[in-house]
Amino acid sequence: MRKKPSYQLMQGNEAAAEGALAAGVNFFAGYPITPSTEIAEILADRLPANGGKFIQMEDEIGSIAAIIGASIGGCKSLTATSGPGFSLMQENLGFACLAEVPLVIVNVMRGGPSTGMPTSPSQGDVMQSRWGTHGDHPIIVLSPASVEETFHYTIKAVNLAEKYRNPVIVLMDEVIGHMRARVSLPPWPMVERVNRVKPNMPPEWYNPYERQASGVAPMAAFGDGYRYHVTGLVHDAKGFPTANPNEARDNLRGLFAKIERGFREICLVDYEEMEDAEHAIVAYGCMVLSARSALEQLREAGHRVGLIKLGTLWPFPRFALERYLPQLKNIIVPELNLGQVYREVLRVNAGHANIEKINRINGTIITPEEIIKTVKGLIR
Amino acid sequence: MENFNVFAAKLTPQQEFLAGGHRACQGCAELLAVRLVAKTLGHDYVIANATGCLEIVTSSFPHSAWKVPWIHVAFENAAAVASGVEAGIRVLQRKGRYPVQRKVTVVAQAGDGGTVDIGLQALSGALERGHDMVYICYDNEAYMNTGIQRSSSTPYGATTTTSPAGKADPLGQHTMKKNIVEIAAAHNIPYVATASPSYPFDLMDKVKKAAATPGPAYIHCLVPCPTGWRMAPNLAVSIGRIAVESKVFPLYEIENGDYRMTVTHKKHRPVVDYLKPQGRFRHLNEAQIARIQEQVDKSYERLQKKVKMSQNELD
Repeated sequence: MRKKPSYQLMQGNEAAAEGALAAGVNFFAGYPITPSTEIAEILADRLPANGGKFIQMEDEIGSIAAIIGASIGGCKSLTATSGPGFSLMQENLGFACLAEVPLVIVNVMRGGPSTGMPTSPSQGDVMQSRWGTHGDHPIIVLSPASVEETFHYTIKAVNLAEKYRNPVIVLMDEVIGHMRARVSLPPWPMVERVNRVKPNMPPEWYNPYERQASGVAPMAAFGDGYRYHVTGLVHDAKGFPTANPNEARDNLRGLFAKIERGFREICLVDYEEMEDAEHAIVAYGCMVLSARSALEQLREAGHRVGLIKLGTLWPFPRFALERYLPQLKNIIVPELNLGQVYREVLRVNAGHANIEKINRINGTIITPEEIIKTVKGLIR
Repeated sequence: MENFNVFAAKLTPQQEFLAGGHRACQGCAELLAVRLVAKTLGHDYVIANATGCLEIVTSSFPHSAWKVPWIHVAFENAAAVASGVEAGIRVLQRKGRYPVQRKVTVVAQAGDGGTVDIGLQALSGALERGHDMVYICYDNEAYMNTGIQRSSSTPYGATTTTSPAGKADPLGQHTMKKNIVEIAAAHNIPYVATASPSYPFDLMDKVKKAAATPGPAYIHCLVPCPTGWRMAPNLAVSIGRIAVESKVFPLYEIENGDYRMTVTHKKHRPVVDYLKPQGRFRHLNEAQIARIQEQVDKSYERLQKKVKMSQNELD
């Protein structure tokens, strides 16, 4: 329990753990994997002291299954992993989407595929975080771009998961995870905490998947006295498996409807120097750091360049681009993958601006100089 | 096994199949054990390696320490990959594309995490299907590669970064070490053994026997890790010896279900001799040490009963 505000020098992984504690997470199940292990280590130490529970599982499949169980038991649950572990979690992630179980996965991205480059940064899991599990499903993915933002985004992720009864992924990269910076930590009573809506009707009236006006159904915990059937099969409002086309449609459409309704709240976007910009850099995660530095130097040289920083990757905040597309000549998308968000920008663009990508997948980051060179080349 | 020639100092091959210059920590007993295994098996063997210290320190480009075919796939599936390699070689031999007389030993090797936690399913599957392979677990009693997190092979009372001993919890690891040797033996496979690089000839004999046995064989090797056990690197070999002398890690083999002690001592040390030099146990009080002693005595007694039962059956 933090009662006074404080400033601390900490790394991104520590900030994620701090954010989880501040958001009221009281259950963590995980498995050691570079570069996310610090989150588990810190929570192993701090959770029991704050009345929570830490368990180390036998693998990542066990980790996500345990937090699903804990979440249905009424806990705010979180796990942390990296590429290979995230791949193992995909089946249960789909289950959590369909059964509408609130939970948070922190994925500190490392070079992939397979074991890849465990200690090098990458942004290669953007599409996996969206479409990794099979079937059409909604998902919320946040990507912090600094250590302090990691703290706030982790809190936001926990709150969004609780509010929308949906898994939320915090997609960090190794640079943010291991970078140290000063972080301002608010006292815990000042931190906004959202709790899932609990049923208040008599138990015999309760239908675990009957949506309220908000699009989200109230969620009883096991043991609250409500009959509650949870399944990975497509189900009706009572939670029982169904093959009725209408009920199946309502079930699956409902999953998307609740996220669509909260679209504006979920989308975190920041604009820097965009008012008079003719060229925009679209960046997220550690690429924001390079982009910001490039932006400052380009502005000094008199170029009208701006930055659109995507804090939410999925659902894709297309309005952030649409707003500025008429005034833009060029959009530059630097990414540590082969263009996973670039294609999304292309889709939104529909022929307005010229879109350029800068990609790298060798375990090093794209420097501000490279961005500057690309922008200057385009302006000429 | 009949007509089995044991190893001795003079009979040990000079040739090395694990090259020096790898990146293991000072005093790593795991690499010592691996080197002895490699010497025993010679050049006709194939390795499937799980993720872990062993993979990282021996294989980073351009410093591969292996002089034999070696494959690393993922964390959880060394046993499954070895199954595929073994089955593949068998098919090639049947089709006449591979010399039938050439005996190739397929070895799956993993650390304790890759064996008792995430790799247990693949291990069990391979043992059940009865592939002619040797599975060797190098057990350093925690996830040392990612920085000392507990595994289910971590012993009671040890402190690790995810089972930290402190004010809220003065004990550290709460659960007993998973008895993977018994789990392997429960698959009714022909050969199961425990081994230690502190007893090199015993280890080499067992590896030789495991390779000669048709069908699956499992060897569990306790490899002291000075970095993770929080002790001086020069103690690695002696602590392995003390582990055996104090009954913490008895050396025995199970051949077709019959238990036999391979190293015996007339007098045993108290477990405190084993716990004292290790920083991971330094927070333990006398009551906790007494509990560990009690547990060690109990499981050793149980083992002796099985050994005696096997002897009676053989007599």
